[in-house]
Amino acid sequence: MKKKERFGQAHKEALISLGLYGVFFAWWYGAAYGLGSGDPSSYTYIWGMPSWFFYSCIVGYVVISFLVWAVVRFFFKEIPLDEPSKEEGSEL
Amino acid sequence: MEQRVSMILPLVLYLGGVMAIALWSQRIGKKSRDTKSFIEEYFLGSRSMGGFVLAMAIITTYTSASSFVGGPGVAYKMGLGWILLAMIQVPTAFLTLGVLGKKFAIIARRIQAVTVTEFLRVRYRNDLVVILSSIALLIFFMASMLAQFIGGARLFQSITGYPYLIGLIIFGITVILYTTVGGFRAVVLTDTIQGSMMVVASIALLWSVVHAGGGMTAVMTRLYEIDPALITPFGPDNFISKPFILSFWVLVGFAILGLPQTTVKCMGYKDSRSMHNAMIIGTFIVGFLMLCMHMVGALGRAVIPDIQVGDLAVPTLTIKLLSPFWAGVFIAGPLAAIMSTVDSMLILASAAIIKDLYLNYLCKDPEKVNPAALGRMSFISTGILGILVFIAALKPPSLLVWINLFAFGGLEAVFLWPTILGLYWKRANAVGALCSIIAGCGAFFYFTITKVTWMGTHQIVPTILVGLIAFIIGAYAGKRPDDETIRIFWE
Repeated sequence: MKKKERFGQAHKEALISLGLYGVFFAWWYGAAYGLGSGDPSSYTYIWGMPSWFFYSCIVGYVVISFLVWAVVRFFFKEIPLDEPSKEEGSEL
Repeated sequence: MEQRVSMILPLVLYLGGVMAIALWSQRIGKKSRDTKSFIEEYFLGSRSMGGFVLAMAIITTYTSASSFVGGPGVAYKMGLGWILLAMIQVPTAFLTLGVLGKKFAIIARRIQAVTVTEFLRVRYRNDLVVILSSIALLIFFMASMLAQFIGGARLFQSITGYPYLIGLIIFGITVILYTTVGGFRAVVLTDTIQGSMMVVASIALLWSVVHAGGGMTAVMTRLYEIDPALITPFGPDNFISKPFILSFWVLVGFAILGLPQTTVKCMGYKDSRSMHNAMIIGTFIVGFLMLCMHMVGALGRAVIPDIQVGDLAVPTLTIKLLSPFWAGVFIAGPLAAIMSTVDSMLILASAAIIKDLYLNYLCKDPEKVNPAALGRMSFISTGILGILVFIAALKPPSLLVWINLFAFGGLEAVFLWPTILGLYWKRANAVGALCSIIAGCGAFFYFTITKVTWMGTHQIVPTILVGLIAFIIGAYAGKRPDDETIRIFWE
């Protein structure tokens, strides 16, 4: 991989990570306030926990762990971190 | 007495293990032949961290006394809403590594940097940036380490019943010794054991709490009976308002990209694969720890409802619910969290003195310093820093939580924009960085001291905005970075 492409890839991965951060925020916010804003006497429960808490904190945690795995597996590339040796360097 | 012995036993075993690692690390360090390789080994472990170790190093540096004692203590008062707040920290590991990881690693190797300040020095080519950021780092780290030491000693005191001073001596001395002796390698390897200890401890305690409460449904019913607000996202008296909780997406979310003690770990890993694995493992474990420990606090209210001081919630639950041996294992968890935060700061503060200030400015001929002398100086400065904080902790100030969060915010105010914009914005220059450091720090002090809030948010939110605006204005007022800088950072 050429020198510049390494930075291009690193920049792309940084943006993907920020995107993932946004996804987690949306899930966290949507589940917590979408399901939890009503009167607590009307809450539904899953596994003994209020559903807003179950979806936001527990499912959200599982989902983000899975998404991080998927994103790293499919979009992140293994690039050399050290400077390329002289011969490779000449083609830059 | 026998109870105390069985409680201390796991602690002694664990501290012994930590010391053994430090000695082993020191033997590796002794192999370095010249100054440069000594520096890379002592302050960055020769850039050899694998995925699991990297993940643990980031998690344990970031999780501190407050994740194990303070946070769950508030969850005890506030209920499930505080767990929701704690979960904001789940992206910590993947955000830090994903956004900064690769570019930082490539550039750090290219310019042979071992500290964040050194990255700033090459990027901005400005002595004032280096000196201001080093001094800010030293001051905020000392404050933060002080808070950790006191928190650890108090925790030890409340669980074992031994005096404050004994707790302080036991883990203060341990952490100073292994960090001084073993350097960065000892720090990250002990972080790995400490992280594992934290996971075991939190599972043991959460299981006991749910078990003692008669199952999840019974626990929730009980919480609802105490106060229905405990099972809402808002907490009693609507304490966890939306602007308040959303500010934490800045304070413990996005702005952690500016904490030098975690970002420096991005310079020290072995290869891309390590980083990828660390992102996955780190997210998984940090989420697990935050969820378990804060659930312990919140659900603990249903088991023992009458604890007055939040900070005593976790110690009280530990003593009442766990056998002495498991209580000993548990107390190792938070102590590990504290020590692993202190050790990273200690080694980085020492690096700031030796590498950023001494070798750059005070020493006339850095090439000629021999490795043995530099080794002695590094040991001595790490040791002295630790002892200073230890002495300050002998007479603890009462503003503990305040000190810690203050140091956290201060570091973010100084380092966030110069780090991120330096990496990703070509126009970023020394004038911008200086404006951002000075305005950010000034704004932070102003908002904190006057307690002025902006639309109900935490002080860090306006601080970060002021820092960003100051950076952009400064950057356009100053000159473009020269071609050499652009070449190093973009080509």
